[in-house]
Amino acid sequence: MALNKEHDLHKRRFGRNMGVGLLLGSFVVLVLALTMVKVTSNGFQFPQEQGVQD
Amino acid sequence: MSDASINASTPREDEASFGDYFSLLKPRVMSLVVFTAFVGLLAAPVGVHPVIGFCAVLFIAIGGGASGALNMWWDADIDRVMKRTKSRPIPAGKVEAGEALSLGLALSGLSVIMLALATNVLAGAFLAFTIFFYVVVYTMWLKRATPQNIVIGGAAGAFPPVIGWIAATGTMSVEPWLMFALTFMWTPPHFWALALFMRSDYDDAGVPMLTVTHGRRSTRVHILVYTILLAVLAVGTAFSGIGGPIYLAVALVMNALFLLGAWKIFRRDEDNSEADNFKAERGFFKLSLLYLFLHFGAILVEASLKPYGLGGW
Repeated sequence: MALNKEHDLHKRRFGRNMGVGLLLGSFVVLVLALTMVKVTSNGFQFPQEQGVQD
Repeated sequence: MSDASINASTPREDEASFGDYFSLLKPRVMSLVVFTAFVGLLAAPVGVHPVIGFCAVLFIAIGGGASGALNMWWDADIDRVMKRTKSRPIPAGKVEAGEALSLGLALSGLSVIMLALATNVLAGAFLAFTIFFYVVVYTMWLKRATPQNIVIGGAAGAFPPVIGWIAATGTMSVEPWLMFALTFMWTPPHFWALALFMRSDYDDAGVPMLTVTHGRRSTRVHILVYTILLAVLAVGTAFSGIGGPIYLAVALVMNALFLLGAWKIFRRDEDNSEADNFKAERGFFKLSLLYLFLHFGAILVEASLKPYGLGGW
């Protein structure tokens, strides 16, 4: 199958890569936003430090 | 280099687009999941941070979509036979069945873990159970084994408002189960009406729909009986914690129309139906979509008015 620059296959691959890229970017932003909300909420507590046993 | 590796690296002219992968997630079913989960979340008697609420609905929707992809992977053989489903990405040859399996499994894991982290473990566990129920219990087991497939399988589609409620509260109570029951009882008449006018599809695929195993007359009787039970449940829900005067008004009007539609279907025989190309059955199917949307919409309105001292009884 001969592929030239204008082939529809390139458009579809570009669309697919762009879609996956945008989804991954959105996921990162979402996890960041979720973390900020969780950390700044009133109920948030840092895990207690493990004491060294004598 | 072997022939196999040459073939594997040769680009296919009909390679899937992003939209083909997205359609594996059954976007129309996902929209119902998003809406009912959103109502479940907002009807809960506790406030949820908007970001957490958004994440909850999003991951419930992704879990629903993952179930859809796994359903398409398993049902690719019958999807090829049915008119309604043969343009789906796998039967159309755009996406490999294995790709749908991988996508479904990956999104199932992601959605369950992220929902548990964003809200609580119980919500994540319920989402995992819902995916299991839809894929294993309904798709792999019941769908091809019993004419009650739609009845029991309908439970999978009824879980999202329960998960939404649990995501908000972290606990269980009666109200989300009323929303569950509403969708659960609505599913059989909705699908049996579809089976009446998509007559050859399920026969050709060998899926034991009620129309195939018990006949079309029996299906019409079943639609009427389920619609009567649904009407009692839907109107009764008006007097629960999620109901109120607005919901009651909507329920009375919609259930009167729904009962009328079911009665018309019950009274008709095959000659009447074929003469007008299943007008009553098609009308009932369309009405069923509006029916569910308006019931959940009314629950949402009642919940939204409560902070202002309105809504509810």
